[in-house]
Amino acid sequence: MSVARWRAMQQLLLFRLRSVIREPSALFWTFVFPILTSVALGIAFQDPGTTQIKVALAPGPGEVQLAQRLASPPLSVERSEVEQAYKDLEIGLVSAVVVPGEHYTQLVLNPTQSDTPLVRCLTRGALEKSPTAPATLQIQERLQASNGARYIDFLIPGLIGFGLLSFSLWGMGFSLVQMRIGKLLRRLLASPVRRGDVLFSFLLARMVLAPVEVGLLALFGHYLFKVPIRGSWVTLLGFGLLAAFCFAGLSLLTFSRAQNAESAGGLGNLVQMPMLILSGVFFSSSHFPRWLKPVIDLLPLTAVNDGLRAIMATGAGFTALLPAILLLSAWSVGSFALALYWFRWE
Amino acid sequence: MNASQAPIIDVQQLKKSYGDQVAVDGLDLRVQPGECVALLGPNGAGKTTTLEILQGMKAASGGTVRVLGREWATSANELRPLIGVQLQETHFYEKMTVEETVRLFRSFYPGGLTVDSAIGDVSLEEKRNAQIRTLSGGQKQRLSLAVALVGDPQLVFLDEPTTGLDPQSRHALWDVVRGLHSRGRTVLLTTHYMEEAEQLCDRIVFVDRGRVVAEGTPAELIARLAGAVVVEFEAWPEVALEQVTALAGVENARTTNGRVRLEVRELHRTLPALLDLVRGAGAELRLLETRKATLDDVFLTLTGRHLQENQETPKP
Repeated sequence: MSVARWRAMQQLLLFRLRSVIREPSALFWTFVFPILTSVALGIAFQDPGTTQIKVALAPGPGEVQLAQRLASPPLSVERSEVEQAYKDLEIGLVSAVVVPGEHYTQLVLNPTQSDTPLVRCLTRGALEKSPTAPATLQIQERLQASNGARYIDFLIPGLIGFGLLSFSLWGMGFSLVQMRIGKLLRRLLASPVRRGDVLFSFLLARMVLAPVEVGLLALFGHYLFKVPIRGSWVTLLGFGLLAAFCFAGLSLLTFSRAQNAESAGGLGNLVQMPMLILSGVFFSSSHFPRWLKPVIDLLPLTAVNDGLRAIMATGAGFTALLPAILLLSAWSVGSFALALYWFRWE
Repeated sequence: MNASQAPIIDVQQLKKSYGDQVAVDGLDLRVQPGECVALLGPNGAGKTTTLEILQGMKAASGGTVRVLGREWATSANELRPLIGVQLQETHFYEKMTVEETVRLFRSFYPGGLTVDSAIGDVSLEEKRNAQIRTLSGGQKQRLSLAVALVGDPQLVFLDEPTTGLDPQSRHALWDVVRGLHSRGRTVLLTTHYMEEAEQLCDRIVFVDRGRVVAEGTPAELIARLAGAVVVEFEAWPEVALEQVTALAGVENARTTNGRVRLEVRELHRTLPALLDLVRGAGAELRLLETRKATLDDVFLTLTGRHLQENQETPKP
């Protein structure tokens, strides 16, 4: 990039940043709103402590007797399929999973949950109290692969991902539509600036702000709710950058032709709503039927949320994130190229 | 005007249509270096569309357009830095300051004015650190002019630069445009205000329904009228138009809604005769006005329309 072109890019970037920093309402929605949401939900779904410990019981030989034994307070039993039970264990919806077998019964615990020793003790006690206790009771402890254990551990990365998407669509996208309505885009077009540089400055501005958005909410969750951040900060912020870049491209594409605020609102929701529901922001996407999974896995917000959770809960590094990085890069390049092609300047 | 000099703008048989609607219908235009030329015509005459094609913002449907000796289709990247553009309306970002906005646009040009001198040229020094939302309409237009000038263009396009401004702001903007012209820049502007064209430009091009209907200096255009003085009157009961036309010195007469408008060569002969006619018919004179013919009179005679009629009519 030539010096002159870089100077133009610098000015365009300043222009974009000013348009965020000088809008108090944009700052509120970007930085304060996600924090308020996490406080509200974090309090609402706080760990209820030992008053009730849910144990998931999978189908298998002798399950009826096992269910009777486990149903002794403070334990309560939930019957569910093995896979669903493991997923619930991952995100802390249940504290233990019991899988009956021909020769032994498996007790699966999640060591990232804070009350694991108590759960182990109580569940074992309940299973062994019967005279017909199985000869062997194997206790298997597993590190669940991708998530922290409590709801708030699940929620914070989801809110970070959703915040990145949401600000790209509403903050950046709306300002783009405003520039089109006010003929500022057209005025830019009448100057010698390169079209691609104007659009790229939108992406760059998002990348400058993204580490602040990600860092602020992650630190907040970490200090207020003790949400673990097991991965490195470099990985977390770097992944956040890529996510912001990708969503900014998606936003450019979404609003590449919108002529007024009404159609922009509709388009924004059209893009945001499916991902808000399917990509595991407030609840796990494993609740959706299996046939939907390939679609869900292709959504960029799914990759972002799963990636952020992996970094925060299990300390995932570059290699583990590679599939997500590739998917997000593909979305970024694809949407930026299409946006550049379709873009309406007036 | 030096005929041997290559024109800065050379347009031949320009056509532009949107579906069935014809916006520009065979327009010819030549602008020489250093000239200030006004495209004067009512709303919807095709002025803005012509300008947009000359600025490389729209493609022509037909005809040839050469700007600074080049064509947009092949030389857009060379042409952009050489022209300055003021759109009819641009909403710059309200919370950027005047200086920040000028600096942003300055960064797009390889050369040009300093930010200070661009702001100075439009007399916005006092507002340089003010956010745009605090500027008046006239100040915003001057900012938009500063943005058009900051690349030090050879050719400046101004699209209705003073539409919607109060008289004081209009005069302030005119001063800026006169300054441009006196520094030898070529200016092409559109307007539907005849005073604006008369005050600022060497040459006026009348545009109506997508064509040039006449062009020349303001004096040349007014000289096209047979009479240099206009008399307007209203009488009750109305006097027959044939009788008025037959009066001494009347070159042209037309009546609209009871008001009669005469183009007159010798006022001292026509006026007494007119008064006699009204008195003789037993009519009462409700209004009588005499004035020098204006560009609007010329336009009316040529096209049957006023320059500023139906100002509310939306543009095509």
